[in-house]
Amino acid sequence: MTDVTLPAATAPVDEHGHGPHDDHHTSTGLSNNKLAMWLFLGSECLLFGGLISTYMLYRDRTGAGPTPESAFDIPFTSVSSFVLLTSSLTMVLAVSAAKRHDVRLMRLWLVTTALLGATFVGGQVYEFTAFYREGMGYTTSLFSSSFFTLTGFHGAHVSVGIIMLLSLVFISGRGRIPGDRSEVVELVGLYWHFVDIVWIVIFTLVYLIPA
Amino acid sequence: MSTTHAEEHPPTEDPRANDDTVLDDSEVHAEYSHHTDWIYIRVAVVLAALTALEVSTYYVDFGPVFLPMLLVLMSIKFVLVVLFFMHLRYDAKLFGRLFWSGFFLAVVVYVATLATFQVFRP
Repeated sequence: MTDVTLPAATAPVDEHGHGPHDDHHTSTGLSNNKLAMWLFLGSECLLFGGLISTYMLYRDRTGAGPTPESAFDIPFTSVSSFVLLTSSLTMVLAVSAAKRHDVRLMRLWLVTTALLGATFVGGQVYEFTAFYREGMGYTTSLFSSSFFTLTGFHGAHVSVGIIMLLSLVFISGRGRIPGDRSEVVELVGLYWHFVDIVWIVIFTLVYLIPA
Repeated sequence: MSTTHAEEHPPTEDPRANDDTVLDDSEVHAEYSHHTDWIYIRVAVVLAALTALEVSTYYVDFGPVFLPMLLVLMSIKFVLVVLFFMHLRYDAKLFGRLFWSGFFLAVVVYVATLATFQVFRP
């Protein structure tokens, strides 16, 4: 690798893509938009914490319906997890491309992320349909209700993320994301990664750890 | 004897002009982006490996380490995404405080609630 001397005056971005345009004239010296997004994500922890706890509480209340062990298809869900994990990589690459003002590559990674997200949601729809055909509806048992509510809320979050990604692609195509406003891509990225970390928890606590 | 402006003020030569190790702006962008992109790819490979290890618990009996192992793997994956993909490791501390406050509040509140319902009793 080339040994690079970086003159301070010519350093437009730091090693993680944070450039001079990230400095905002606010009372905290930080971007208010980013601050709001982190606050929102912190509050989302409480929302998903409640849903996960409810599932943990009711997961052995299956009644006459299927149990988690009999209903879940772990190999299929594992593939879905890999897909969502890969989408986190493509999202961070999109943010990286946005930071260096490479709009073409940014759009490519955003579209890839949206497609991977859509694949995940498609898998979830398939899974829900399979459960329904096996006799596990929303009101079959407390287990099924809490399961569908938790994973449905997560799926809804992924779907909102896909809409935001496609909106970014659309507005970037109209040249409305100039380089110094690449923060908007970063904000959507934060949301997308949050959706990913929620799935990391759901995959372990709901699918892999038996009741 | 009069001298021209150019003679009085000869153009200062850019000390970086002949230095092959100094990059211009676009090269700096590319070099640093390339560097960080590789970090992201490496983190993603680690995450994939950890996920594969998690999935292996479905096929292999790990005995008493099954539950602690899954919880540790989940925590490592969670922290890796937050620190590297969400840039919390390098960003302002206030962002981290906001996020971790919500996270730990959620963990404490809901673990306490579940404990009240004796969910953790064997």
